[in-house]
Amino acid sequence: MSKALSDVERIKAQSNRLRGTLTESLNNPVTGSIAPDDTTVIKFHGSYQQDDRDIREERRLQKLEPDYSFMIRTRLPGGVCTPAQWLALDALSQKYANGTLRLTTRQAFQLHGVVKTDLKQTMQGINAALIDTLAACGDVNRNVLCNPNPVDSRVHAEVYDWSVKLSEHLLPKTRAYYEVWLGEEKVGGGEEEPILRDTYLPRKFKTAIAVPPHNDVDVFAHDLGFIAILEGGKLVGFNVTVGGGMGATHGDDTTFPRLADVIGFCTPDQLLQVAENVVKIQRDFGDRSARKNSRLKYTIENRGIGWFMDALESRLEWKLGAARAYSFDHNGDRFGWVEGHDGKWHLTLYVDSGRVADRPGSAYLTGLREIACIHKGDLRLTANQNLIIAGVAAAERPQIDALVEKHGLGAFRTSTPLRLNALACVALPTCALAMAEAERYLPDFLTKVEQRLTVHGLTDTRIHLRITGCPNGCARPYLAEVALVGKGPGRYNLFIGGDTRGERLNVLFKENVDEQGALDALEPLLAAYGKLRQAKEPFGDFLVRSALVPAATRPTTVRRALQQV
Amino acid sequence: MSGNRSLVPLASLSAERSDLLARLLDGLNPTELQWLSGYVAGLAAGGTSSREPAPVAHVVPSLAPLASPLTVVYGTQTGNSRALAERIKQRTEAAGLPVRIFRASDYPLKELKEERVLYVVISTQGDGDPPDDARAFFDFVRGKRAPQLPNLRFSVLGLGDSSYPKYCYISRIIDERFAELGGKRLFARGECDVDFEKPASAWVDEALEHVKRELEQQSGLAPVTPIRVAASSVSTRDHPFTAAVLANQRITGRNAQKDVRHVELSLEGSGLSYQPGDSLGVWPVNPQWLAESILKATSLDGSAPVARDGQSHPLQHWLTRELEITRLSRPFILAHAERSKDAAFKELVGNADKVQALLASHQVVDLVQQHPATWSAAELVSSLRRLTPRLYSIASSQKRTPDEVHLTVARVEYDSFGSRHVGTASDYLALQRPDEGSVRVFVEHNDRFHLPRDPLVDVIMVGPGTGVAPFRAFVQDRQESGAKGRNWLFFGDQQFRHTFLYQVEWQDALKKGALTRLDLAFSRDQERKIYVQHRMLEKGADLYAWLEGGAYVYVCGDSKRMAPDVEEALLQIAMQHGKKDRDGAQEWLDGLREQQRYLRDVY
Repeated sequence: MSKALSDVERIKAQSNRLRGTLTESLNNPVTGSIAPDDTTVIKFHGSYQQDDRDIREERRLQKLEPDYSFMIRTRLPGGVCTPAQWLALDALSQKYANGTLRLTTRQAFQLHGVVKTDLKQTMQGINAALIDTLAACGDVNRNVLCNPNPVDSRVHAEVYDWSVKLSEHLLPKTRAYYEVWLGEEKVGGGEEEPILRDTYLPRKFKTAIAVPPHNDVDVFAHDLGFIAILEGGKLVGFNVTVGGGMGATHGDDTTFPRLADVIGFCTPDQLLQVAENVVKIQRDFGDRSARKNSRLKYTIENRGIGWFMDALESRLEWKLGAARAYSFDHNGDRFGWVEGHDGKWHLTLYVDSGRVADRPGSAYLTGLREIACIHKGDLRLTANQNLIIAGVAAAERPQIDALVEKHGLGAFRTSTPLRLNALACVALPTCALAMAEAERYLPDFLTKVEQRLTVHGLTDTRIHLRITGCPNGCARPYLAEVALVGKGPGRYNLFIGGDTRGERLNVLFKENVDEQGALDALEPLLAAYGKLRQAKEPFGDFLVRSALVPAATRPTTVRRALQQV
Repeated sequence: MSGNRSLVPLASLSAERSDLLARLLDGLNPTELQWLSGYVAGLAAGGTSSREPAPVAHVVPSLAPLASPLTVVYGTQTGNSRALAERIKQRTEAAGLPVRIFRASDYPLKELKEERVLYVVISTQGDGDPPDDARAFFDFVRGKRAPQLPNLRFSVLGLGDSSYPKYCYISRIIDERFAELGGKRLFARGECDVDFEKPASAWVDEALEHVKRELEQQSGLAPVTPIRVAASSVSTRDHPFTAAVLANQRITGRNAQKDVRHVELSLEGSGLSYQPGDSLGVWPVNPQWLAESILKATSLDGSAPVARDGQSHPLQHWLTRELEITRLSRPFILAHAERSKDAAFKELVGNADKVQALLASHQVVDLVQQHPATWSAAELVSSLRRLTPRLYSIASSQKRTPDEVHLTVARVEYDSFGSRHVGTASDYLALQRPDEGSVRVFVEHNDRFHLPRDPLVDVIMVGPGTGVAPFRAFVQDRQESGAKGRNWLFFGDQQFRHTFLYQVEWQDALKKGALTRLDLAFSRDQERKIYVQHRMLEKGADLYAWLEGGAYVYVCGDSKRMAPDVEEALLQIAMQHGKKDRDGAQEWLDGLREQQRYLRDVY
């Protein structure tokens, strides 16, 4: 590779194992921001520098710098936390952040609006609750997803356990995090990073574990995935998936969303070894020049999946087994109460865009605080930005139900299927990448689509709709049946034709449309769907069957002669 | 500010005239020189072109020192005392009598016992403090070292603000003390309230009469015919310049509790010049709605013509443009009580503390609304004080923006007694629309708050809140002139996020080295209130080292709490880092003050 390394590579190399000049930056009283290089370094610690973009221009005129604050993202494998941890994060948000909690599409909490001078206390508070934020962002393996509420509830504990182990196995070994935030004595840098080495990964790296028949984690959207294979209620191993990813750049054909390939099978005890070596291949071969082309999906696309498998198996010194049969039926959440094999109950609540806040008529913040105060099980964040109150004894259900009723948390019963399955990223005003609104706009747009669905007799259909403020794909828009991907203020690219299982990419249908343009473009499709759909036929499948959109790619299962023996 | 102007004498000018000219030019600032050149050119062209009637002035008849001239000593914070002292000097000179004038800080104290005729014009600050430039003078006069003054004939003119309890206190103490030391009062001490013009003029007239009698008796000299001098074409307090408003920008964030404005005014065509540290006088206009509230409460007709001081205007005009209607005065409270039937209120005004509380909490409108009284339009107009210009520290350097002057204005706006209250000038300025509005202004020079002449000298600036205004001018000026001395700013306000005035400019100045150090104190960003003096103490070792290395320290802002706290911090720093006891520290600070290296512009 003769191309110059990206500047982020320099920053990582010079960061003294992710310390950078963070401490100096935090102590600089003249600005609410940190040094430019440190904005890269701090991501590895689970935080982004942001500013309130709504008032950027206003403050420029006021001769004030942008209203800088920090987003803090937790590392929460599988999205599982205790009620005590929930209460701790809630309290920290009231004290230091904007008073809300954001549940993300990757089963993490985000606190928004923490000012620089409160960062350390907030980090310490999070760690005091036995949650960390290490590697929640940055060029590392980030939070590991896993299905929080499998149909076969017997395997949750086991699968969740693997997600924790996997997350910890791939963590950076530097003590920087503990020195900068938690006051640990300095070891001065130079720690061994056996897996990540000096400059960590070329780009972010995302991992998920799915438990069929649900693909709530959208396993094919991840760099690395594991599909749990159950036999008679027991976990026998995982199909391994590699090379998925959502991010793309408008107008750049070298970037694209890609579904992961299923490359084989491993047993549970082989999982960490497989993961480590996939990461190492990406570490060694990922593009470190153009960050737009650095994800594992491009490494695989450029070199071929065959090359990748050879590379992996030569590092493993053994061969993956043949991929086992699996099937996904959908990638949404199972709302309401479901009973587990152990007789404990799990209640999945709908959380609008994952934003836990008190609003007129629906006091999620207060309601969930009260629930956390009495709940004896755990709480699980879903990959669809919703929340499960898990492990409730039958006798305790009425208490929970009463609090759900009291605080107006019953949207999971009353909202349309469209709304229940919709996703939006955070976008404006805090996300620096956002080109258009997403979270703040989703409710309005859904209302308008709902009106059209009513007209066409489709109120009860479960259409998967996702909005993101930019093409980077935090809400996994390229898997949705209908997606708006932000292009500019009030302008979106309209994608259609995904499925409801996370197994088919959608296609660009209309470019650069405003709201009316999007609604107008959807109108004839919805009309046709209303008239011509087959029983239980999802919207995206209908579009493909009717050839209204070309059939797009599906995940490939790599089969080789040897494995078919 | 060129220090040495060498005079090239014209062959045609006699030695005596050449000498006179030298004396005339000595110490004139560029504006004055510019004016003078125009004036002389005008004379050469056969008359003055001034719109103003040409007042009679000046030039001392003889250069031979007289045994005992009139001495005028003034102590001033905002320049009013100086202006009055200058007036006495000019009129004395015009009368052909010898006179010398001193700022109190420049007065050679050992000469006091030699004085024959002495006038002191001095203001009282806040809660009975002398102006900064008169501290040493005041302490000396009041102290044990003051000499007996059996030959002294004197009078004192005090300036003050009757809304403070120790109104004109400093002038009273000096007056009593001179008498105690054996001096003979030529005539009674004068007292001037904020609306000082009328009593001051009367006192100056009287002073002239007395000085003529005293000095003519002494010397038997006949006054010479004075030469004619045209009035300045440059705008003054009484003939302000109408400046167009270029910008009016709020510079506190949307969540700030205060509304602070950055106001930019055009000086184009005014010929006005100023130095960093000078102030801009602004003639405000009272809000129409407030005048109407007063009219309603007094049941008076705003269109009725009323005469006062030889002027006639409709009452409405008096209330909006000529009179003070936001600040209450003691005499007005008494006059109002006289006209009120409210017995409880009448009784209240007999209690000094209660009157004091009233002054602090009430505006004119509150009084007339809460305690109705019967006023005639003429009585009301004659009982209210004259509207006075408000002085704002200039926040810009003409080296950067030659035709502009910038101000930093904290808008005073609050609810009280169920209605909106404003500060006249800040509200007036805050409502100005860029490119539409205009404001009547003049420059008020403040010689005691200028940058060191030596560009290598270090400067420490303490300016919390809008007190930071002159330091924006300082830093701009030193940056533009390439001054190599270091600049250290202590700034403080409520919150880093919302009230960090001129934040991006300071960041830029730091980056460019125009600002060497910036220490910040935001009082509401943590449980414990942190103010600038705390940051000064934290950095005490460095601060002391800077001062010992010759640095100047400037303090601007609130006089009631900040300035004393900062002064105490300086003393503490000298004690801790200079290993001095309290007296030693005090002496050290007095030394700084005497060397004019500890300079304050507090209000």
